[in-house]
Amino acid sequence: MDVELRNINKRFGKVKANDDISLTIKAGEVQGILGENGAGKSTLMKIFSGLYQADSGQIFINGKKVNISSPADSVRLGIGMLHQDPLDFPPMKVIDNLIIGSMVGTFPNRKKVLKEFTELQKQFNFSISPDAYIEKLTVGERQQLEIIRLLWLGAETLILDEPTTGISTSQKQQLFATVKKLSKQGKSVVFVSHKLEEVEELCTQVAVFRQGKNIGQMKPPFNTDKLVEMMFGKVISRSKKECCSQTKTNVEISDLKIDDARLPISGVNFIIQKGEVIGFAGMEGSGQAQILRALGGIIRPSGGHIYLHNKDHKKQDLVGKHYFYFKESGISFLPASRLEEGLVGGLDLQEHFILAEKQKGFFIDQKGNQELTEQRIRDFNIKGTAESKVEALSGGNQQRAELALLRQPLRLLLLEQPTRGLDIESTIYIWSKMKQRCKEGASVVFVSADLDEVIHYSDRIIVFFGGRVSKPLDANKVTVDQLGQLIGGKGWS
Amino acid sequence: MRKLLTNRYSSIAIALILAIVFTCVVILVMNANPIRVFAVIMRGSVGSWDAFTQVLQAWVPLILATCGLMFTFTAGLWNIGMEGQIEMGAIFAYGVIRYFTGSDTPGAVVIILAILSGIVGGAIWALLVGLLKNFGGVNEIFGGLGFNFIADAIMLSLVYGPWKPEGVANGSTRMLDRIYWLPQLEGSYLSLWALGIAIIGVILVTVILKGTYFGLKLKAVGKNSKSSFLLGVPTNRYMLVSFILCGIFAGLTGALQVTGFNHVLRNNISGGYGYMALMVGMLANIQPLLSVPIALIFIGLSKGASGLGIDLQLDSNLSGVIQGSLVIFVLIMDGVRKVIQRKGKGAANG
Repeated sequence: MDVELRNINKRFGKVKANDDISLTIKAGEVQGILGENGAGKSTLMKIFSGLYQADSGQIFINGKKVNISSPADSVRLGIGMLHQDPLDFPPMKVIDNLIIGSMVGTFPNRKKVLKEFTELQKQFNFSISPDAYIEKLTVGERQQLEIIRLLWLGAETLILDEPTTGISTSQKQQLFATVKKLSKQGKSVVFVSHKLEEVEELCTQVAVFRQGKNIGQMKPPFNTDKLVEMMFGKVISRSKKECCSQTKTNVEISDLKIDDARLPISGVNFIIQKGEVIGFAGMEGSGQAQILRALGGIIRPSGGHIYLHNKDHKKQDLVGKHYFYFKESGISFLPASRLEEGLVGGLDLQEHFILAEKQKGFFIDQKGNQELTEQRIRDFNIKGTAESKVEALSGGNQQRAELALLRQPLRLLLLEQPTRGLDIESTIYIWSKMKQRCKEGASVVFVSADLDEVIHYSDRIIVFFGGRVSKPLDANKVTVDQLGQLIGGKGWS
Repeated sequence: MRKLLTNRYSSIAIALILAIVFTCVVILVMNANPIRVFAVIMRGSVGSWDAFTQVLQAWVPLILATCGLMFTFTAGLWNIGMEGQIEMGAIFAYGVIRYFTGSDTPGAVVIILAILSGIVGGAIWALLVGLLKNFGGVNEIFGGLGFNFIADAIMLSLVYGPWKPEGVANGSTRMLDRIYWLPQLEGSYLSLWALGIAIIGVILVTVILKGTYFGLKLKAVGKNSKSSFLLGVPTNRYMLVSFILCGIFAGLTGALQVTGFNHVLRNNISGGYGYMALMVGMLANIQPLLSVPIALIFIGLSKGASGLGIDLQLDSNLSGVIQGSLVIFVLIMDGVRKVIQRKGKGAANG
């Protein structure tokens, strides 16, 4: 079906989230929508799928003006939205999830639903067991199920909002194949993303949003530099890779063992050198999170050693020590869920800096700390004030704040998904700050789902697969293909 | 309208109006005249110097209990066990005075010792709840309730058992000798010493919570203990300390009830102040200074309403209706405020 969004406006308080946006999507088109965080992509899609109401503007389907005032309206009109987080019921069976979506009649016809489900699966080469429980499925499988559910409900236009976050490479390929097939069937797909490569690979035309406006459209062949310029208004090139690694051992991991009921890990050996960046690659849940948290002193290994190499060539084992001892030794851990484990919602930036600094006396020196906070806010280019509550900051600014909170001196910085959900500008900024720490002799170890990030910023890469841990690979020599195979479980001896 | 609803203070004012309207409806249903009811309450609370000193006297235990709860509220904990902790403070204080009665020790020394021992009693009782929570995984609400019952049982067994006055068993001990009373203002029950201690308590709590590392860390633990731990705050220790501090204030409250006002140990000496303090602390949004007027209003309502029975043949528990509806309407308005704010913000993350 042909869709036209005409002059859509939406404000949130003072922010113009959608500023007179128009967009036309023809049947069979894969329409990409590019833009950094806050560009207005999700808002427009939420208006399109009935979650929000536009302040003004019209929507036409096949040339006819329609009124979408609830998600149920959009489903009836054949619009299906795949949300970033799958909307399903984890403790229920796959087949029941399908039935819930279309409560027609009192008694569901399971047999008929099952047959239709199997047929749709066959079409797209999915293999989800209808009797499996949702909570046992991977994020990728849940996404596949959601696509099938939307098609089964009769969706003619599918909206995919950042669909490649959190799924594996092979599932991504499968998703792309599905999208192409859907477009061949005459269905239109809206692909919302901030990942250039994916948009370029998949889309038949791309609209770029910036600050709530539709900046322009482009058809293949795509000019990457032009797209980036449209997204950011200026060209940002990723800084040239610089290596600050010194051949001096900082931390030595020896025979580390973690007893995890679902994923036992053992025999982990590697050395972290001063100034080096090590990236942990692998599908989510392959053991990298456990090792990272063990290095930070948050989970206790059941065996092995984490040696700190001190200046006097003495080795000190940290295994068995308390988390605070790790912290005092200059090891810092920044979790992926920033507001759950990293920052304290309800406290402002200044209060965070006071908490993170060493306590001086009993009473707080408000004035001194305000100066320190304002200095750090400037140094780290945080968009906010000393009185800003952390939950009011954007993701990128929260991450900057977390980095600004780190104490001196730092020996080892451990990060989970350091740039997840951030736009390219913030990503580059955050990495420049971390590289600065490396120059001062600290080492960085990070887990990322973004393979591109792992390759680009690491000096060495360690791949995880099902609790197995590879030897560190030289990031300059390893190819994406090699890594992809290891991540997918191939090439392990 | 939106501004009125989203501003914290105007939303409290709206809640106050709603509570008064609601109470008026209740009074009308009871076939009485709301204006006369409020007149009686005003007269009974601030209508005379005598009434006002009674309000101040009762304000002392309420504000002290509220001060204690500021610590546990800040740490994100519900110390329902306040009542029991006050009782234990009273028991410990009375025990010391009883021990010294008839000895040569000067009265002032005994009073100080009694207050200190009351503080210890309250702190121990609170610490037990904290330990159960930290090491036994028992929610502090259930732990607190349990220890309230135990404190009640201990109290009863003492005042009907070994500590009962000779010959009678009326749920109260013998009255303390005069030398063990905190000095009272001429012609009233109000002890300026107790009042002074309460005012110092408020200042102390304000300074600790607003101006010290301890206060900030406690606040961080209350808002998000996981993040606080990763930021380097020993969260379990802070929770325990908040219980101990709360218990100290509870114990102090109990001890002052014995030496400053009741001059006996009796059943129900905590007077429900522990529960009322929970309401005050909640209404004050954990702001110690704000709880000062709120506690005054609460006490004024209770004291003033005690005249309702005589003057208007109404139940004096009507003040409870006003207090309760005030809490409920403030909570409702708080909810309304949050909903409106959330809608205003929306999700501007496109």
